[in-house]
Amino acid sequence: MTGVKQHSLLMHWSLGFVVAIALAATLAPWLSPYSASGLEAKRILTPPSHEHWMGTDGLGRDLLTRVLYGARVSLTVGVGTAIIALVLGTVYGLIAGFKGGGTDNFMMRIVDIFYGLPDMLIFILLSLVFGRNIAGLLVALGLVSWVRFARIARGQVLQAKEYLFVEGARAIGASRGRVIWRHILPNILGPIIVTLTYSIPSAILAESTLSFIGIGINDPYSPWGTSWGTLAQDGYRAMRTYPHVIFFPATAIFLTILAFNTLGNALRDRLDPRRT
Amino acid sequence: MLRFLFKRLFHGAIVLWIVATLTFLLLRLAPGGPFDRERKLPPEVLANIEAKYHLDKPLLTQYLRYLSAIAQGDLGPSYKYLDRGVGAVIADTLPTSALLGLLALLFALAVALPSGLLAAYFRGSWIDRACMFVASLGISMPHFVLGAVLIWVIALQLNWLQAGRWDLWESVLLPMITLGAAPAAYLAALLRSTLLETFGEDFVRTARAKGLKESIVVLRHALRLSLIPVLTVMGPLTAALLTGSFVVEYVFAIPGMGRFFITAVTDRDYPLIMGVTLVYTVLLVCANLLIDLLYGVVDPRIRAN
Repeated sequence: MTGVKQHSLLMHWSLGFVVAIALAATLAPWLSPYSASGLEAKRILTPPSHEHWMGTDGLGRDLLTRVLYGARVSLTVGVGTAIIALVLGTVYGLIAGFKGGGTDNFMMRIVDIFYGLPDMLIFILLSLVFGRNIAGLLVALGLVSWVRFARIARGQVLQAKEYLFVEGARAIGASRGRVIWRHILPNILGPIIVTLTYSIPSAILAESTLSFIGIGINDPYSPWGTSWGTLAQDGYRAMRTYPHVIFFPATAIFLTILAFNTLGNALRDRLDPRRT
Repeated sequence: MLRFLFKRLFHGAIVLWIVATLTFLLLRLAPGGPFDRERKLPPEVLANIEAKYHLDKPLLTQYLRYLSAIAQGDLGPSYKYLDRGVGAVIADTLPTSALLGLLALLFALAVALPSGLLAAYFRGSWIDRACMFVASLGISMPHFVLGAVLIWVIALQLNWLQAGRWDLWESVLLPMITLGAAPAAYLAALLRSTLLETFGEDFVRTARAKGLKESIVVLRHALRLSLIPVLTVMGPLTAALLTGSFVVEYVFAIPGMGRFFITAVTDRDYPLIMGVTLVYTVLLVCANLLIDLLYGVVDPRIRAN
């Protein structure tokens, strides 16, 4: 029993954290009195203080403001990618599972090949084509992560096809679209939502990692702000003398990914009681 | 057995061909070329360069030429490292990356096997909770964050090791931990949950009822069966180690293939990008083949089929 209680406590903390980050990202311009790009020569690399809670960076910009704006990049990339992947993958998996036979076999072979290749590798290659801005990144990441949804959706459809009510709906002459939309889809939604919660942190992780090694988003004039990964890289260079510059963005990335993963675990346990 | 091997090798060759073709097409689609400079090159110079690398030929000719070259093991010239070909760059850097990846994998197994076993055996105890807490942190920690933390604590504050060197035997420790931590966490959690299922199986009860020693019941009977799911994730895990090395080699300034790949991407050194991608694919195909063979070792039923 205590396990379940602990779990729900953790889940509430994670949910709270995710909501707080989302609010901070949306309200960034109103939350902070500073501008994300406002340079000030007098306050270069100052440690955290009363005026600047997270200190300032190498160009005298307020770090807290930059981290708040960075949340916009991370959340947009995370949620956007997950939604693109969900739509692509679920439709693909539905078709494969519903058609069955040779079509299914062929379609899943393609998924297997994609699944076996390293995400980051395909992702880097795709980002060369689609450009290093948020839109290009979303497309590239979405094209990489759809395979997970395709696998889950297909497996679920194969199961759901056998349910009696699906057979019944078919027997009374319901159209194929209606069977999929009204009878199969609602029944496979649970595992897909769990996969969605896991996709968001992996996308955030991929984006921040790429930005950290300098091949992620490269768009200094973006109204979205600078990625946490780029902030962390700036801080990494100055880590020896000014550790606060890397500490805050790195912590933000870590806590956000942790919160989403914890949420995913909690959801999975709720939707799939066999696992507990 | 031979037929199985042959089939898998054939399958691997097809994967390799698909990857080669897709990479070739993707890089030709990419906007901007490797010879774009701040100051535009004179058109005659550009034409000469393109003629040298056969970029002036039709796409199909380029593709066939490229395929026949890699079939003969020639990965072509690098646009950036003019004195060495892509093959030479890879030959110089692959051993470093392979060493790091292998050590990270061993580290992950060395940590995950005992901690997963202990956590499952003492289910619900403080050992279990501590292991799983650390594992959940490890899964969520990006390589570059862990790397930075390790450098900050071990190298900068405690001065135990020096970061950014690759000439001492202990230089490998921090990168190895950084690269292996996430797989270790993942494997430990996986092993724990499969062991918990296995402990409930009839054959474990039978083994106990026969009066076998507890250590033999756990290690030889339960653990062996639970290794199958661990083997299953080894393929994706190898992929994760390969790409994780991009970041780790960058953070610790290690002269490995991953770091050269990153620079190749920034420089748009297309032949080097394609070469490294192909080497990664070959490594993955081999790893998966090895894993399939290991299945037979762990589970005799699979060998029979």
